[in-house]
Amino acid sequence: MESKLTNEGVARRIQEQFGAGVVSVEMPYDMLTMEIAADQMHDVIEWIKSDAELQIGFLTLLGGVHYPNDKGREFAMVYHLHSWTNNFRIRLKAFLPAENPSIATLTDIYDGANWMERETYDFFGIQFEGHPNLVRILNEDTMDYFPMRKEYHLEDATREDKDDRYFGR
Amino acid sequence: MSTFKEDSAYDMPPVGLSNETIDGDIATLNLGPTHPATHGIFQNILQVDGEKILSSEQTVGYIHRAFEKLAERRPYNQITPITDRLNYCSSPINNMGWHMTVEKLIGADIPKRVQYMRVIVMELARIADHLICNSVIGVDTGALTGFTYLFQEREKIYELYEEICGARLTTNVGRIGGFERDFSPEFHRKLEDFLRTFPKVFNEFNSLLARNRIFMDRTRGAGPISAERALNYGFVGPNLRAAGVDYDVRVMNPYSSYEDFDFIIPVGTDGDTYDRFMVRQEEIRQSLRIIEQAWKNMPEGSYKADIPEFYLPPKEEVYNNMEALIYHFKIVMGETPIPAGEVYHSVEGGNGELGFYLISDGGRSPYRLQFRRPCFIYYQAYPEMIIGQTISDAVLTMSSMNVIAGELDA
Repeated sequence: MESKLTNEGVARRIQEQFGAGVVSVEMPYDMLTMEIAADQMHDVIEWIKSDAELQIGFLTLLGGVHYPNDKGREFAMVYHLHSWTNNFRIRLKAFLPAENPSIATLTDIYDGANWMERETYDFFGIQFEGHPNLVRILNEDTMDYFPMRKEYHLEDATREDKDDRYFGR
Repeated sequence: MSTFKEDSAYDMPPVGLSNETIDGDIATLNLGPTHPATHGIFQNILQVDGEKILSSEQTVGYIHRAFEKLAERRPYNQITPITDRLNYCSSPINNMGWHMTVEKLIGADIPKRVQYMRVIVMELARIADHLICNSVIGVDTGALTGFTYLFQEREKIYELYEEICGARLTTNVGRIGGFERDFSPEFHRKLEDFLRTFPKVFNEFNSLLARNRIFMDRTRGAGPISAERALNYGFVGPNLRAAGVDYDVRVMNPYSSYEDFDFIIPVGTDGDTYDRFMVRQEEIRQSLRIIEQAWKNMPEGSYKADIPEFYLPPKEEVYNNMEALIYHFKIVMGETPIPAGEVYHSVEGGNGELGFYLISDGGRSPYRLQFRRPCFIYYQAYPEMIIGQTISDAVLTMSSMNVIAGELDA
């Protein structure tokens, strides 16, 4: 099924509506990827759902990414949304600073966001303002760190009996 | 994962129901975590009034294995075994989904024959997945016969996997770029045998349950969800189609040449257990049609793509050929250069849209790999679906949603 919408058209329409809220527009592997200011993300997602032309109304996936070396933009929130009427996929990103990684919850728009946001909190420690029950979901409640952050290595970095340097790791 | 706290469970208000009770007594009941009826490790702390469910608090994460973290330390070809363990009732679909994601990232050109071979394997997996789900619905209504009968057929599908890759449950089938080897003559013989004998057995199973008065009385109206609510909860796959929405990744965003095949997407109307059962029954028939079409029209060509940087060369070449030795070394040591970029690719898994969001920074492992696990997303609707129902309906609802612990907990 061919999409009726084009990447350029959708990008222009969102830019017209939100102006400076759209930070940048890219199209890696032909998928429209827009960086949105974190405080506008909730409004953008709500608007593209209700807009009669776009109708991007299915939340496919949301999750975090950690970029520890990117000062002031350490955490990325990535949202994949899909319009089934137009068969159009869009990826929205917002970057959050490490000192206060916080963004508005989507649970008031999509019930499915509830657990995905809990998982993102569990993995990265990103706070979702307004979330009804933001507690860990997959890991133990007593865990005192956020395991998907890059500073937590999968293997114990202090071990000396294993030297992987020669194997490209 | 939240641990059971007795106080909080008692404090929970019954959602959306009157405070009148049948016998003036509300009990707290642990459904799971380990109970044969939950078919996996799930805990639900139920508040029940007699047999009527007033509220449910879910606990998940019992078999969380940190796949997304593991993937950040593994070379791309070593991530395939992780995907096996997501929905382990249909591992090949997960494997193929992962291979296709990496192929999208590296821009590999996949021969038509490989695509058709993949379709056959994926549809076999879908049949195996749905067979388990539907026969287990039968078990939960008290009909064990269909389950034991159909497991013979699932065994045949597993023998077909064995012919392709040697493994049965966690298949790790195929590679980035294609398959290890072409389908063997034995595979073709067994597939022909399966396609000949399976429909008869399947129709017997269908006639056992589909119009069975007891089964229909038990399953109709059990755990219903409306299309609107299902969409809001992020439902996909057979569970969404049972509610009446014909979304299928195979049609919406065709991959692996699905556009070449003629098949229909069955939909239900009520989104209850019976509709979910019937949708899966019909999908099994459609999968058979797809397999027949792919098998009869299998194009000539190679069983692998021409991407020597990613596809492990045959062993005899490694010992006799300089290039093959270099490629072998680079692949095994994880030294192959991978383009930086980010891709999202999804396939229609046993439970619906199974997605892979992959960010590569050009290193030997993904910078970030996130799985869209359909189970995880739609299982959160479970309390809403069972509130006001009976405990036995709750058990049926869970098995008909095909909640797989491996996929849920990653």
